Amino acid sequence: MSTFLGMPAPPPRSPYGTGNLRGDRAFPRAAHDELGNEQLRRNLGRATGTIRAKRLSVTGELSDWEALRDAGSAIKTDTMNRLPELLEQLERKVTERGGTVHWARDATEANAIVARLVRATGSDEVIKVKSMATQEIGLNEHLESVGITPYETDLAELIVQLADDKPSHILVPAIHRNRDEIRQIFRDHIPGVDPDLDNAPAHLAAAARGYLREKFLTTKVAVSGANFAVAETGTLAVVESEGNGRMCLTLPDTLITVMGIEKVLPRYQDLEVFLQLLPRSSTGERMNPYTSLWTGVTPGDGPQDFHLVLLDNGRTAALADALGRAALNCIRCSACLNVCPVYERTGGHAYGSTYPGPIGAVLTPQLAGMHAAKDDPNSSLPYASSLCGACFDACPVKIDIPSLLVELRHQHTEQTGVTPEKLAMKAAAAVMRRPALYAAAQKASALGRVVAGRDGTISRLPPPLSGWSDSRDTAAPPRETFRSWFSSDEGRATLRAAAAERNSDHNEEDAT
Amino acid sequence: MSSARDTVLGRIRDALALAPTPAVVVPRDYRTGRALPDDERLALFTDRLLDYKARVHLCTADRTAEVIGEALREHGARRIGVPAGLDAHWLTGYDGEVREDHPDVSPAQLDTLDAVVTGSAAGCAETGTIFLDGSPGQGRRALSLVPDLHVCVVDLSTVAAGVPEAVARLAPERPTTLISGPSATSDIELERVEGVHGPRTLVAVIRTDA
Ligand code: SF4
Repeated sequence: MSTFLGMPAPPPRSPYGTGNLRGDRAFPRAAHDELGNEQLRRNLGRATGTIRAKRLSVTGELSDWEALRDAGSAIKTDTMNRLPELLEQLERKVTERGGTVHWARDATEANAIVARLVRATGSDEVIKVKSMATQEIGLNEHLESVGITPYETDLAELIVQLADDKPSHILVPAIHRNRDEIRQIFRDHIPGVDPDLDNAPAHLAAAARGYLREKFLTTKVAVSGANFAVAETGTLAVVESEGNGRMCLTLPDTLITVMGIEKVLPRYQDLEVFLQLLPRSSTGERMNPYTSLWTGVTPGDGPQDFHLVLLDNGRTAALADALGRAALNCIRCSACLNVCPVYERTGGHAYGSTYPGPIGAVLTPQLAGMHAAKDDPNSSLPYASSLCGACFDACPVKIDIPSLLVELRHQHTEQTGVTPEKLAMKAAAAVMRRPALYAAAQKASALGRVVAGRDGTISRLPPPLSGWSDSRDTAAPPRETFRSWFSSDEGRATLRAAAAERNSDHNEEDAT
Repeated sequence: MSSARDTVLGRIRDALALAPTPAVVVPRDYRTGRALPDDERLALFTDRLLDYKARVHLCTADRTAEVIGEALREHGARRIGVPAGLDAHWLTGYDGEVREDHPDVSPAQLDTLDAVVTGSAAGCAETGTIFLDGSPGQGRRALSLVPDLHVCVVDLSTVAAGVPEAVARLAPERPTTLISGPSATSDIELERVEGVHGPRTLVAVIRTDA
């Protein structure tokens, strides 16, 4: 451990230019184009509305929902505090049970490890379970570049892969496609598909079943992600619906699981919390159809060769940020996407990252940075929000996304060297032309929607107000004050109107 | 050069040193240790299973073979797979072909089966979930996955009220599968379709006196 000699060094972000943690255009520009896509907006509006309603009904069913959220939040915070010992324990347990643990500093290293492991099996194809981590590191692209063919087996991921497209939602990656488009994609890309295939979802699903069945039965290597890994026992968990996960996790000879280091949980018992929080928050189901739990290798059952790749790729940089580290608590349920007025209108592609929506706007710059010198699209992400607070209310592990966005805006203005006054004037000019947004900003300022410093004073406000707040400290009012205004009818109406204004003019939103 | 392992662990320690946060105590005020009378647990479990489009048959233990036989006939299953440890008596009401599973049976051979019959380790009433843990009467994970019909026997006595109570019944070292209804997807315009890659039909045979 050469790095820790009493003088800790800030850990590096995910290297620039690798993987899928930034797009090629700033959010306002990308969003502007997506806003012109009628079909996308209609699909998204219907889809997110449906999930929102289902989620509310099943979370309302549990009288202890708030207690579960508190437990989930505390378990994740405790996990981050004890990450070194938990990862070492996980490694020990997985190894004891016949698995092999690998560590990867970044995307390039993780991709190389997976490619090497696949080659060692002699196979030139792999079946894949839907996984955010492998999407983040661009594993498919890397495998293809070295002559290994990856087959996505989740129906939505398959649609995206066949169309040479990118996922646009954490949970429903093809949410931006409708049944007619999917029929066309299948007709064009599935060899031997029935030319009379109609657009009924059941028939489309059956076509995917037929296509993938042979792959499941014959492919010798699978790659998966993991929703959770239990340090105490070495148990990995994958939560899914279709059974493609079960197929990949049990039929091949070799299983390679790529997992961000933040996914570890201390105790097996902790699953009782997350198996309630995750399905209800994500798909709005009481439980997802299938969950697989496995511990190392089990003789006579499932792959006899198991590899776990533990991925950093900027996660330690996020961990070193006192406020931003809370983003690592995310369990990727996608509830925040489905309630976000900005996401609902722009869709996931506008964010340019594997992680879209409110959490993506926080997590992506945290993992990969906002490179001032490079005119980085990621630096526009913290502004891709109306700060309406709906994401915070929805998050099962209580991540205060709006505060994290404000903090990132602050970091961005510091990095870029734009003087707060200049920025404030420019932003204010845009805001004044939009009365509802201006009212919301004023209200936010009066009530202190801020990241209050340790001494309880407000040291910074979001642009356009940062110019004023930076030059004078204000006593921070109790947090609840703003929260209650937030959830009042007046607050919601103002913020909704503000959000609408912002969405009507994304170019102006890019105040820097 | 240090290994990736040392580097990553070193970075984590650096990060924690740069941004120390106070230790937290995990509050566990959510519901645990719940018990429900048999009839309420049965009603809740059945309701949830049906909501997930599973088929549900209730029976007493002495009618197990009869009900399994009927379910298999009803779905036209002519060739079924069973785990080696399945209670042989359960199949006395079935006259089709029975193949006993073995680790050497290939996935392609499993794919020629019409159905599979297994027991189960536990259940959760509140979520309509059945837990398989690979014990002798449940077999390896692939067996209950590849065939299109899964007939699963659940003893009401193993069904817990909620998730914490059910998770407490699991053995972490066993490969465990949680099943809540048949395979399903909502990937196309969020319209739920039963059956993609896993069994398209799940029949739960709930034994009310076992
Ligand atoms: S931030 Fe919260 S709501 Fe959003 S995906 Fe993560 S866990 Fe879910």
